[in-house]
Amino acid sequence: MASLQPKRTIQIFWTIIGVTFLCLIINMPAVLPVKIHWQKINWEHTFYRPEFSFKIGSFQFKKNLDLRYGLDLAGGVSLTFSIDTSKVKKEDVPSALESVKGNIERRVNLFGISETNVQLSAQGNEHRLLVELPGIANVDQAIELIGQTAQLSFKGEAVLAPEATATATFMDVFSKDTQLNGSHLTKASVTINPNTAQPEVSLEFNAEGAKLFEAATKEFLNKRIAIFLDNIPITFPVVQSIIPDGRAVINGNFTAKAAKTLAAQLNAGALPLPLKLIQQAQIGATLGQDSIKKGIFAGLIGLVIVCLFMIGNYGKLGLVADIGLIIYGLITLTLYRLIPVTLTFPGVVGFLLSVGMAVDSNILIFARMREELRAGKPWNLAMELGFGRAWDSIKDANSCTIITALILFNPFNWSFLNSSGMIRGFAVTLLLGIIVGIFTGVFVTRNLLRVLAKNK
Amino acid sequence: MNLMKFRPLFLLISLSLISASIFSIIKWGFKTSIDFAGGSVWEISTNNSLSRDQIDQLFKDNQINLSSVSQTGQKFTLKFANITQDQKIKLTEDLKKLDPDLSELRFETLGPSLGQELIKKTIYAIILSSIALLFFIAQRFRDLSFGTSAVLAMFHDAFILIGSFSLLGHFFGAEIDSLFVTAVLTTLSASVHDTVVTFDRIRELKLHNFKLNWVDLANQAVSETIVRSFNNSMTIIFMLLSLVLLGGDTTRWFAMALLIGVVIGTYSSTAVAIPLILFFKRSRS
Repeated sequence: MASLQPKRTIQIFWTIIGVTFLCLIINMPAVLPVKIHWQKINWEHTFYRPEFSFKIGSFQFKKNLDLRYGLDLAGGVSLTFSIDTSKVKKEDVPSALESVKGNIERRVNLFGISETNVQLSAQGNEHRLLVELPGIANVDQAIELIGQTAQLSFKGEAVLAPEATATATFMDVFSKDTQLNGSHLTKASVTINPNTAQPEVSLEFNAEGAKLFEAATKEFLNKRIAIFLDNIPITFPVVQSIIPDGRAVINGNFTAKAAKTLAAQLNAGALPLPLKLIQQAQIGATLGQDSIKKGIFAGLIGLVIVCLFMIGNYGKLGLVADIGLIIYGLITLTLYRLIPVTLTFPGVVGFLLSVGMAVDSNILIFARMREELRAGKPWNLAMELGFGRAWDSIKDANSCTIITALILFNPFNWSFLNSSGMIRGFAVTLLLGIIVGIFTGVFVTRNLLRVLAKNK
Repeated sequence: MNLMKFRPLFLLISLSLISASIFSIIKWGFKTSIDFAGGSVWEISTNNSLSRDQIDQLFKDNQINLSSVSQTGQKFTLKFANITQDQKIKLTEDLKKLDPDLSELRFETLGPSLGQELIKKTIYAIILSSIALLFFIAQRFRDLSFGTSAVLAMFHDAFILIGSFSLLGHFFGAEIDSLFVTAVLTTLSASVHDTVVTFDRIRELKLHNFKLNWVDLANQAVSETIVRSFNNSMTIIFMLLSLVLLGGDTTRWFAMALLIGVVIGTYSSTAVAIPLILFFKRSRS
């Protein structure tokens, strides 16, 4: 009760103001020039959003606070490939899939764009790979590069004339073909050397591969053999003995992680999984910018009408609800930046829809308050009763929306439910909106009203 | 306010809306987007040097069946069957020969199997939400007829929304896509959201006036909550209407679907869910 705990109410009030101010700073543009020229006042200052980076001991915290936009808003391409696993033994499928994913990620990184996404999914017996590349210019080239099956090749070290060594490139050094390629390698795996307890990478060749490998180890004994994946060298061990049985071990000072990466890269070539493009969506950057502009405009107009409607209907109470709504907007946007939530167009609609729902709590509460006032209760008591009585309805009604939003979001990635980015983008903003909406609609407005009522 | 005496009228309205939906779905079916049927959509922007006939001819030469072409200003939206990457590259090259300044706004292509999957997943999502909500409401109100009524009212709303899109598709070209699926699922939750508030009032009134019969209880609960229900829907409607009228083309129909869902959902809380409870209560006594 407000009158019983005035000190606590004041504390909460200032906390709310503080949080709002913090959210305001986080949401300000990265660079904000302010120029005031009015009569005799000439004031110019450029505000910068403070960097959120700090150090606690050896732990460094740095957060990029820019809003993230999905493909439909930023422009870019989304590709879904069907992965053909028919040529790989069943028990090798999981490691082969991981290799494909790692290999595609590596290729995608060559484009030098940020916020890329490479994701595996399964649909019944079919395995799929989703690749999202925001803001990419040459889509057709990207598709070609990503869709290629990985190529593994083994090349021996050539003896170069001393005068040529200085200018020799990596390719010049390893110019002798061994005829060995990915199809000769059955499998690569990480093993632990029983003597040194160090991680190693074991290679297993098939019959033809074993013969070629024997010949290669003979030819390049005490020299190096480089292994290339898609023409990029991944390792170049020195041959220490002739290996006749097609079972080789690459050792060195591997960390467990490095050994795993190397094995996965080798498997990408050893267990090639052909990819077939089954879906692509390209969005030009201009279309997205147009959508953002129109969406923001429509949202602002809608917001103004909602605010006016609340004031028109509930007077001063409505004004407090509007303040709550603005705090709601700031907190939600801050969460988008902190989590971070990738905004898609349906996500923006979900946000705007939840604005409409956020005032619902207030409408419920104010309707209850009016009833209590009509019954002759004093204002303070009517307010507290209004909040108390409305809480049950708010809780039950919003739980229902949360249940549906969770099913849309599909947090456990159940394969029988949707996991498309569009629908998820909508579900996540709706979900956040409802939770923040309950907080601001009930907790924030209640405490604002308590303070304002006291000052009356 | 004795709103429950209009129950025959509510029944008539709901029945005619449902019949209209069934009629439209059978007669005209749906205009499905490539999300469901598979195929390609290509939006290109040209600086007037490209004509419709040229595009038609180009697709004919490439032996790709162009199912629809629409033009707004300098922007063309082309729809055709699912194509391979090589076909796409060939088409782009040919188009660029006709208009070197051509810019691609959007290109999507997908096979028909993905559409089947979307339908299946939507149905699972609807079944899962219905079961979850049925049990949640039945548990919260300790009464199965509350849960059943809310879920039936929810189906009523979803069905009319789907039917209205069959009509909108026939007359205005509205397409059913994955966003529409999202709108249907949101309608389910918005519908229940509104219904639960009214149910809540019945539960509370029942606690204090256990002698009152169900019809009087329902009337009192409805008249006490109808203003808030209306006001709340108005705020959501303002938001969505602004999106329908001012938002971009990409989400116009999505916002429209949500709008229809909210309007029907508000109507059904009072006019479908409550009468259903009365029906269950009467048939039991």
